[in-house]
Amino acid sequence: MTIEELEQIAKSVHQENAKYDYEVYVCMDLACASQGASALRDALVKAAEASGKKVLIRKTGCMGPCSSGPLVRVDPDETLYARAKDKDAQAIVSSLGGTPVPKLQCDLNEHFDKQVRVVLENAGHIDPEKIDDYISRDGYKALLTALSEMTPNGVIHRITESGLRGRGGGGYPTGLKWATVSKASGEVKYVVCNGDEGDPGAFMDRSVMEGDPHRVIEGMAIAAYAVGASKGFIYVRAEYPVAVARLTTALREARRRGLLGNNICNTTFNFDIEIRLGAGAFVCGEETALIASIEGRRGMPKPRPPYPAVSGLWGKPTLINNVETYANVAPIVRNGGKWFFNMGSERSKGTKVFALTGRIANTGLIEVPLGIKLWEIIDVIGGGVPGGHKLKAIQTGGPSGGCIPADMLTLGVSYDALMAAGSIMGSGGMIVMDDTSCMVNVARFFVEFCMTESCGKCIPCRAGTAQMYTLLTRICEGTASMNDLELLVDLCGTVRETSLCGLGQTAPNPVLSTLKYFKNEYIEHIVHKRCPAGVCNMAGAGAVETTSVEVPA
Amino acid sequence: MSAFTPPPLPSDDKRWKIVNGTMRKNGFARHALIETLHTVQSSFGYLDDDAIRFVALSLRVPLSQAYGVATFYHYFSLKPPGEHTMTLCTGTACYIKGTDKLVSSAEQRLGLKAGQTTKDGKISLMTARCVGACSRAPVVICDGEVAGEVTNEQMIAQLERWAVE
Repeated sequence: MTIEELEQIAKSVHQENAKYDYEVYVCMDLACASQGASALRDALVKAAEASGKKVLIRKTGCMGPCSSGPLVRVDPDETLYARAKDKDAQAIVSSLGGTPVPKLQCDLNEHFDKQVRVVLENAGHIDPEKIDDYISRDGYKALLTALSEMTPNGVIHRITESGLRGRGGGGYPTGLKWATVSKASGEVKYVVCNGDEGDPGAFMDRSVMEGDPHRVIEGMAIAAYAVGASKGFIYVRAEYPVAVARLTTALREARRRGLLGNNICNTTFNFDIEIRLGAGAFVCGEETALIASIEGRRGMPKPRPPYPAVSGLWGKPTLINNVETYANVAPIVRNGGKWFFNMGSERSKGTKVFALTGRIANTGLIEVPLGIKLWEIIDVIGGGVPGGHKLKAIQTGGPSGGCIPADMLTLGVSYDALMAAGSIMGSGGMIVMDDTSCMVNVARFFVEFCMTESCGKCIPCRAGTAQMYTLLTRICEGTASMNDLELLVDLCGTVRETSLCGLGQTAPNPVLSTLKYFKNEYIEHIVHKRCPAGVCNMAGAGAVETTSVEVPA
Repeated sequence: MSAFTPPPLPSDDKRWKIVNGTMRKNGFARHALIETLHTVQSSFGYLDDDAIRFVALSLRVPLSQAYGVATFYHYFSLKPPGEHTMTLCTGTACYIKGTDKLVSSAEQRLGLKAGQTTKDGKISLMTARCVGACSRAPVVICDGEVAGEVTNEQMIAQLERWAVE
């Protein structure tokens, strides 16, 4: 495969598409599929055939605003239809060439205007099971350019120059990581993609793997060329069967086109990828645990150093990046490091994909330039909190993150700002909570998660999270004393300072951040035996009768 | 020392051939343990002692390690599933939208705890740590079909339908 051949493929796809007057894209991602997107697509195909119009019906990955699904986009007009059902297929097809169907139209302009799409540039535009669709949108061009025109060091330099930081949540400079693996001694090196999206409430990586699998493969191949690896692994959660199927298809297609395998693009570069399935263990998102799992063992972390960059998979230098990090690689190589560097905030460059969920009008997948203010995400893109409720907090970073209170909406979203606020960027889950959520209960939810997901190797995490859970349960049940709260804070410090891996070190974050901003809720539970949000069941507490008990209006 | 010969298949059940196929594809390498257990679970629905023993012997992995892996990962089940499985997602978005109430309501209706199967073997009630359909929380998976924004009434109605089948 050469660049000319790539361009030839792209050209033939465009020629094929030009035969049709209209292109109708149906989002088939999990959220839309669970609302009848496949029946809709079948109905559209049927209606299109019956109409005699030249219509191409295409299935695509996630378009973004899942709460308005099933979504349909009609090109060339770029009309977006929301909540389309199979019975609407006839109306959609009939309207082609005329005025759009009014009842299906949606006003999501504000939702999209604030977004910048880099990772999701193809989402909603290509059929994820067709490699030619990807190629027609400049796919694999970056890989072939790198192979034919750039040295491995040149590629690393470009990534470093872009300022890209690890999108799994840690925020480690990607270029630096690549340079370390590249310099590590050894003939055999590995490239690993961390697709073990264990953070409950996040689905960015699933959407990328399902909606644009070739982007991940291309990013990995470029990384392999840069660091000198010839073998890669994608570690995917078994809970994502569609992602596994799409990646399997994509790998097969890439091999068929000669974009994986031996002597790629007539060079001496050989590279292939295998898929490895996770089996439901949150700790496997930690890189040394992930390595153990790929080796077929229990996913238990090891002390670092040595870092995987020096001694990873089977003791060889191993580059581990997250799905979204790899997804950023091809556009950076294509457009240059400066292009990426110019987006984002001072120390957090580029864009970030977030899964916006919880108590918010427009739930779904968004991609925003870093540095964007929280209120822009919540009020403009998200459309605010529905049902007349009041925004209380925004949770980021999952079980390792924290809650940011509603009065900090002017905060710019970046690695450093979120860290300073007591939370973390995390992999990109953003869960909105309103006045119906009890922050103590939320903290308990996350601590319970960490307790059950603790691998049990080190005591602070294994026993500490269990004790934290007991204390939080006591608070939620109204049987705790102020001494318990003190003990909880003390324990949080111990678990954070002494745990072996990130899971334990960050497990206290949800507790500490809610204590920082919502201490009054803890006090209410302990002193007044009362849950302000009405979530916790205080039946066993012998609730203190006070006049302050709220009576529902 | 003679070359390693893998143990014979436990029975003439054709599904063992599928399991063996996964191991052969990986050259009977030890790192194929998790892959192979996945194949066993997708073929048989769960991992029993015979299966774990067979896989361990075939891959020359100590029984303790195979059992350790099988019990470490939540995805593997050591008990046969019911005829129907209802999985409630308990990820953060679903929690915020009240999954805990759905779980206790389903537990009450079936008279069991999440993770168990009814005595007649008809319905298993499971929980999942996030299936990635967070935008449609709360999410319930009925025999592999993902349903979003599920109400308690809808969930109970589904359980009733299965119960009278």
